[in-house]
Amino acid sequence: MAQADERIIVMTAENRAAIRGLPARLGPRFVDVGICEQTLIGAAAGLALRGRIPVVHALASFLTMRAFEFIRTDVGIPRLPVKLVGSFAGFVSEANGPTHQALEDIALMRGIPGLNVWCPADLEDMLIGLPAILRDPAPYYIRYNHLPATVAHTDFQPGRAEILSHGEDVTLLTYGTFFGECLRAAEILRAQGISAGLVNLRTLKPIDTEALVSAARNSRLLVAVEDHFKIGGLYSILAETLFERGLAVPTLSLALDNHWFKPALMAEVLEYEGFTAAKISASVLQRIHEARS
Amino acid sequence: MQNEQLMALSHRVRRHVIKMATNGGCFIGASLSCVDILTYLYGNWLNLHRDRLTDPDRDYCLLSKGHDVPALYGLFAELGFIEPERLGNHLRPDDDIYWHPNRNIPGIEFHSGSLGHLLSVGLGIALDIKLRGGPGRVVVVLGDGELNEGSVWEAALVAAAKGLDKLIAIVDRNGFQANTATEDLIPIEPIGQKFIAFGWSAARIDGHDFNALEQGLATIPLAAGRPSVIIADTVRGKGLPSISARADRWFCNFSPREIEMLLEELEGTRRAELESETIVAR
Repeated sequence: MAQADERIIVMTAENRAAIRGLPARLGPRFVDVGICEQTLIGAAAGLALRGRIPVVHALASFLTMRAFEFIRTDVGIPRLPVKLVGSFAGFVSEANGPTHQALEDIALMRGIPGLNVWCPADLEDMLIGLPAILRDPAPYYIRYNHLPATVAHTDFQPGRAEILSHGEDVTLLTYGTFFGECLRAAEILRAQGISAGLVNLRTLKPIDTEALVSAARNSRLLVAVEDHFKIGGLYSILAETLFERGLAVPTLSLALDNHWFKPALMAEVLEYEGFTAAKISASVLQRIHEARS
Repeated sequence: MQNEQLMALSHRVRRHVIKMATNGGCFIGASLSCVDILTYLYGNWLNLHRDRLTDPDRDYCLLSKGHDVPALYGLFAELGFIEPERLGNHLRPDDDIYWHPNRNIPGIEFHSGSLGHLLSVGLGIALDIKLRGGPGRVVVVLGDGELNEGSVWEAALVAAAKGLDKLIAIVDRNGFQANTATEDLIPIEPIGQKFIAFGWSAARIDGHDFNALEQGLATIPLAAGRPSVIIADTVRGKGLPSISARADRWFCNFSPREIEMLLEELEGTRRAELESETIVAR
């Protein structure tokens, strides 16, 4: 896509893991400024002022936090069409430690007026959505995700969730990294006789208000599952949405509540922090049983 | 310590580093480049004892680039700061030994991993030592790629303005950052002249030569009233020709068989035949 559209400039602050093949193919439309995230964002704003669509890639923690005020001021205020791509967000940073853990990136990015947030569930979901995101003149924060797909995803539209299934007992609401675990967790729940639905939110801003409201009306329990802090992420969005609509329904947050996750390789982090499909489903079952007793 | 003891110590530290480059891996190249600098600092220079790691009059050593922490953990195991067996907990969720420094490990003064933070943290420590009076000196080990970050240069300006001559930056000048040689991306030379223009005094030495380290650090501050920078020329992957010859060996996760070969390569008895994917970038 970048090759076909001369307006696209791919930029990075020396994080090339996801874009290793691009420098040779894009020539001067690939810009690596070195390890300086603030300058990266300022330069992207300047390029956007000249009609370019900068696709700016860096580690999510340094992109959204080191350069936060530059994003807010140079991209957010003028609403420039800069696409901010944050990689190694959430649990994907594995054993790097808290410096690299982007667990507040969504809270920060969605707080900026006019800046949208897209969190694809896997590589296929990301590729399906990318053309629409690049066409959209709004600035976007993209939580990069190249996990292999576990389902065939449907068409993409910003602000529309992908509803995989409906559940009368519970609906799992998720996005990004945990989609695959939630898919398996829903299967485990169904095998135990629980009517479990699953929603892949895709864009957290704009949020699919109708999908959340519909789930609240049709399920006895809503569970927000995310590799993000409880504050400011999907659970907060859910609470804001339900409160505005005057809906009071039981909810459960499966997120990081006021702590960093223990640095380790992915499988061990999922197990240690309780986000494997087995542990997600066990947490949900426990809540359902508590509600019934 | 005599040079022979320092060389034996740094050799043992390199063995620890190599052993951490499996089961998930580590940033082996950058860790090996700073081993001799850290060995000299902890072996001969820093006023720091394992029984007094929180003494307010101690010297401080801050590892700013952070991903070279396997070298420090290897050294801590050798110096008795931590049990050597604990290095086997690398990347396990029931300990705190992972890809960047954690303050729960005795001897780690501050966490790092996000580049360009610790020169300003070191500045704050040095400022307090100046305000209170005391013998402590503050060493901040910087990566050369890390010099891309503007915050390094903000701290450099402030440290000079405050006349912090007990603040010492050591640049581990191994010539590479994650993906490329530093001079092929955003050229940073002449580093010494840049610091001098910012009000520092500067010296350049061979970062693998213990005599040069001794001479370079013997007359700190290099100039009264100014912070000092030592640019230590090093080799990324020092001790392992099969890694140091490769610009793309940054983060490595080797098989147990490859680790055995690399340990033999360190001893000079063979050349490792490496088959793992050349780049696992973080």
